[in-house]
Amino acid sequence: MRDVAVLGVGQTKFGELWDRSFRELGIQAGLQALVDAKLSSTDLDGLFLGNMASGALIEQEHIAPLILDATGLGHRHLPAVRVEGGGASGALALHQGYLAVASGLYDYVVVGGAEKLTDVPDETGQRITSSAADQEWEVVFGATLPALWALVARRHMHDFGTTREQLARVAVHSHEMGSKNPNAHFRNKITVEQVLGASPVAEPLGMLDCAPLSDGAAAVVLGPLESARKHTDTPIRIAASQVACDTMALHQRREITRLDSTVVAGQRAFEQARRAPSDIQVAEIHDAYTISALVSLEDLGFTEKGRAGPEFESGRFGPGGKTVVNTSGGLKAQGRPFGAVGVAQVVEIVRQLREQAKERQVAGATVGLAQDVGGTGATTVVHILERAA
Amino acid sequence: MSIARFWRETPRRYNLGGSKCTVCGTVYFPPRSVCPECTSHRQSIEKMVPFQLSGEGEVISFTIVHEAAEGFDMQVPYALGLVRTPEGPVLTGQIVDLEPEAVTIGLKVRATFRKLREEGPSGVIHYGYKFTPLDETGILPSARGPPAPVASKGASEAERTSA
Repeated sequence: MRDVAVLGVGQTKFGELWDRSFRELGIQAGLQALVDAKLSSTDLDGLFLGNMASGALIEQEHIAPLILDATGLGHRHLPAVRVEGGGASGALALHQGYLAVASGLYDYVVVGGAEKLTDVPDETGQRITSSAADQEWEVVFGATLPALWALVARRHMHDFGTTREQLARVAVHSHEMGSKNPNAHFRNKITVEQVLGASPVAEPLGMLDCAPLSDGAAAVVLGPLESARKHTDTPIRIAASQVACDTMALHQRREITRLDSTVVAGQRAFEQARRAPSDIQVAEIHDAYTISALVSLEDLGFTEKGRAGPEFESGRFGPGGKTVVNTSGGLKAQGRPFGAVGVAQVVEIVRQLREQAKERQVAGATVGLAQDVGGTGATTVVHILERAA
Repeated sequence: MSIARFWRETPRRYNLGGSKCTVCGTVYFPPRSVCPECTSHRQSIEKMVPFQLSGEGEVISFTIVHEAAEGFDMQVPYALGLVRTPEGPVLTGQIVDLEPEAVTIGLKVRATFRKLREEGPSGVIHYGYKFTPLDETGILPSARGPPAPVASKGASEAERTSA
């Protein structure tokens, strides 16, 4: 296995992009990444595309060759593979691209993530969101994805004394960061009072505890680290790429307040990178729901179980804190185009490590982490990235 | 959801039929074909036997749902809980026959056979388990009906009671 580097990044704006089609989004992100990597399309060996639900959302399957073709590469007969893992589809596609380059079989690949959510009515989008949970044993009985996370939240509050205000802080922070990100779906700041006063979705979670449905795409170009300097002055090494899965249904977990897939993927990633949580200066964390961010921070080892609420409130994860989370605005404010999320998280970490994050820049960041979760934690993907020496 | 997709799970959804590993004794609901607890999964292949849950349990977490799952729009707000059974498995289901605000962690409940949802005014009606307070003094007067019919007449109970 050889070292793999991120050579280029690209991303569309996230949001309700009524005038943009699925393929336009894919093209824009992919081409941006290629240009950023100073790579010609003739250098490419393959495309991996993360997408959760194109069949249900735009009635189009077989989308990897579709995007390849739209990007002008169809006639070159490159391999193009779609990767699906619920909300973690994008990060899972990155893992596949990483494996392809690390193995030596491919040299240069584009990893894209794209989702078009606003071509269906909002109710349909919500229904498809919940299809990342277990249809037969959760959804049939009245569960939705936010309701399942609300079950985690209620128990977390019961066991550890986590408060509604502490949950709200997560969303307030994401919007604060999103206000500095021109690609973010939401650029408005919000207050704890607004989060607490928002209409209830599944108590204790309200509308502002939940990430929106967004359109968007993101892409990265990967290549071998040994030749990375031909393409960029600041290659970003993928120090770890790890996936872990768990039971499909929340009710089959050993502890409902713990994401074992995150615990395991995190441990494997820190081991692979020879790093510890204390080394991470910037992290993109799964804040699809405020509670999912808190349990993720605990389960990745940034804080003890049950302590993420008070730690978040104390500013531990905000600007100036030891680990600054979700500088992109996270899923809550940057947006949540399922398959694009995991790739966009890594785009943000790369920008931070290259010191290109402008207003959102965390000074001197050299090591970052991205964690992407599918459903209520049946899949977690963790990447650790470092500025190459 | 197609008729057959729902119908093929009716033994589980109507009667709480799970499975038990005869190697280690762990009970599963819904039934599993292999036991995740046994050190090597192969030990348990063809050693899983049907096992009937009692239907009793305790709420370990709950939420009050305001933005409904598909087909549940007419029921909002409704309480949805995780119920840990004495046999081991935890089930996801609605908690009914009391005000949603009255649900607490630790509430003792039992499974009851009810209408879950319907696919539109003339579509398929899905039935399955929900949970009702074990202590009947906790049940809303409006949800109390005549004495419960025997199990095989379960459908009439479901029609009698709206969620």
